[in-house]
Amino acid sequence: MQDQEDACRLTGLGRTYGKGVSAHRALDRIDLTIRSNEFFTLLGPSGCGKTTLLRLIGGFDQPTVGEIAIFGRNVAGLPPEDRPVNTVFQTYALFPHLTVAQNVGFALRMLGRPKAEIAATVARMVALVGLEGMEHRRPDQLSGGQKQRVALARALAPGPKILLLDEPLSALDAKLRQRMRSELKALQRETGITFVFVTHDQDEALAMSDRIAVMQGGRVQQLGKPEEIYEAPANRFVADFIGGANLIPARIGAGGAMSEGLGVVPAKGDLGAEVTLAIRPERLAILPAGLQQPGDLGPLRVTERIYMGNELSFRLEGASVPLHVTLPRGGLRGAQDFAPGDSVCLRAEPGAIRVLAS
Amino acid sequence: MKLHRLLLAPSLGTILIFMALPIAITTLYSVLTPAQYGGVIWEPSSEAYIRLLFERDIFDDTLTFNTDYLQILGRSVLQAGVATLLCLFIGLPTAWFIATRPAGQKSLWLMLVTVPYWVNLLVRTIALLLILRDEGPINRALHAIGLTDGPLPLAYNNFAIGLGLVSSFLPFMILPLYAAIERFDFSLLEAAYDLHANRRQAFFEVVLPILRPGLIAGGLLVFIPGIGSYLAPDILGGGKTLMLGNLIGMQFQGSRNWPFGAALSTILMAVTLIALFIIARRAAREDA
Ligand SMILES: Nc1ncnc2c1ncn2[C@@H]1O[C@H](COP(=O)(O)OP(=O)(O)OP(=O)(O)O)[C@@H](O)[C@H]1O
Ligand SMILES: [Mg+2]
Repeated sequence: MQDQEDACRLTGLGRTYGKGVSAHRALDRIDLTIRSNEFFTLLGPSGCGKTTLLRLIGGFDQPTVGEIAIFGRNVAGLPPEDRPVNTVFQTYALFPHLTVAQNVGFALRMLGRPKAEIAATVARMVALVGLEGMEHRRPDQLSGGQKQRVALARALAPGPKILLLDEPLSALDAKLRQRMRSELKALQRETGITFVFVTHDQDEALAMSDRIAVMQGGRVQQLGKPEEIYEAPANRFVADFIGGANLIPARIGAGGAMSEGLGVVPAKGDLGAEVTLAIRPERLAILPAGLQQPGDLGPLRVTERIYMGNELSFRLEGASVPLHVTLPRGGLRGAQDFAPGDSVCLRAEPGAIRVLAS
Repeated sequence: MKLHRLLLAPSLGTILIFMALPIAITTLYSVLTPAQYGGVIWEPSSEAYIRLLFERDIFDDTLTFNTDYLQILGRSVLQAGVATLLCLFIGLPTAWFIATRPAGQKSLWLMLVTVPYWVNLLVRTIALLLILRDEGPINRALHAIGLTDGPLPLAYNNFAIGLGLVSSFLPFMILPLYAAIERFDFSLLEAAYDLHANRRQAFFEVVLPILRPGLIAGGLLVFIPGIGSYLAPDILGGGKTLMLGNLIGMQFQGSRNWPFGAALSTILMAVTLIALFIIARRAAREDA
């Protein structure tokens, strides 16, 4: 099993800012193993500690407790310039006084590589990110997307074993973001470099990652493949943050879970336990109340119909919390449309209802 | 259209009265004939400029090349240059220190930098002289602890003048540098370290080039008044080493040769302008 060495192993990692009463635990006992050659994503809301974690791996900040090993080597006290790691910064941090080519060649120049080697690598990197012809421009003469590419090329030029990317796509417009997603993913596959990618955008994380660590409050809430995170959220936070589930408080009874206004919902658990039912909005079908069968949720009242182009979504009341249903536009064909005030019921797909400890 | 012109009047008037007019008068006086007791006679003459480079024999009117005044000019440039470098070495760390304090403390430190300048320059210069002179506290302290036998010659020399220039002009270096460092994006420093630069490389390859506008501004603000400085050489140098500022001053006081004083001022101005022009051209070329 040793041939697939781990790129980065974090053990009991913690970082506390400030002291005494104002102390803030930005990272709280993180244990993570990032495998070699994987596209690993740290996903979480703003302020959950993603940048802090990345800065610890990059060597810009020191952990309060815990250990970081990069390719099996403890890097405590090792400055950033001596780590086989490069960073694409959240704000790019391109050197404004240098051209694109000089920015990309910076690391190799600092390492004292021969001029010919630098020129060759720069040419290769510039071509890799598709910036041919812009070698002599300054950063202030580039668009946001072009800057992002320069930052990427600059970080890749010294041939890092691990590339850290701090929300590199967040400054780009939606269209460009889509394109850069596939480009980044392709780049990672081609180069075989371990990517540690930070984002607060769940779509981005799901689309690109081999594995995702969902973070909140300085802790890893769940670690797994995109499918696992989405299909089998470990707790309320993950279920809600990824894909926005309906979270319904319920109590396990004899025939299933009992929830106010919904009747008995098919679900298993310890008898009498207070639980949360998590149901994805797109895994529910909406039917007229008259067609309700045992196991269906309802009756409920439509309070809002939201048209979003490729989707149609309804907000329903009648349960202990408002519920949301999302239908793909095509799914409505042949089915009935509803308007606010209509009485309806919901039918969950088999396996769609997850029981979470509340 | 009329109103536009009218609105320009205050600034144009200021430039005219406080800048263009004095320069014009100075330049004009430099090509006139000196009157006996100061002032000028309205008769064109190039004598003032000739005197800069040549000595005219009083008997047969022949000209012999004379470098006295050129030496004074050279000495002034050198003195100002050394003072500028010293200000840079002291000012950069100081400005860096202030700019990296927590937000609430910065203005306090900046105020501390300017506090000495609430006192008149003449008073400060004399105070410095009192500190440096043979019976001053430095020499007495050194003597008291037995480090020296006699007093060290701290006052009335180039060292004292240099010290005087540095203490007069240091804030003009610190403030523009502070402004530049304040604007500096420190994530660039992290990027440099991330890209395998060591501390020295990060400083010379990233910090210095980006602070360059501040360095140039601070350098000019110290160097230009430094060349023409009057008080420091006069008081701290004891009038022994003549600097350009004192030479010009003398022409309007003791020697009463206004055209020669004006010519010296014009030359100083020309040298300064040429230097500025070269720097501006260079900066423009590097930015292109
Ligand atoms: N230098 C600091 N001093 C004190 N607290 C800090 C410092 N840096 C970060 N924090 C705090 O630590 C927490 C985590 O910050 P971090 O920058 O890691 O968040 P993030 O997940 O990257 O957020 P974002 O998505 O907004 O970039 C935040 O609550 C933040 O306020
Ligand atoms: Mg961040």
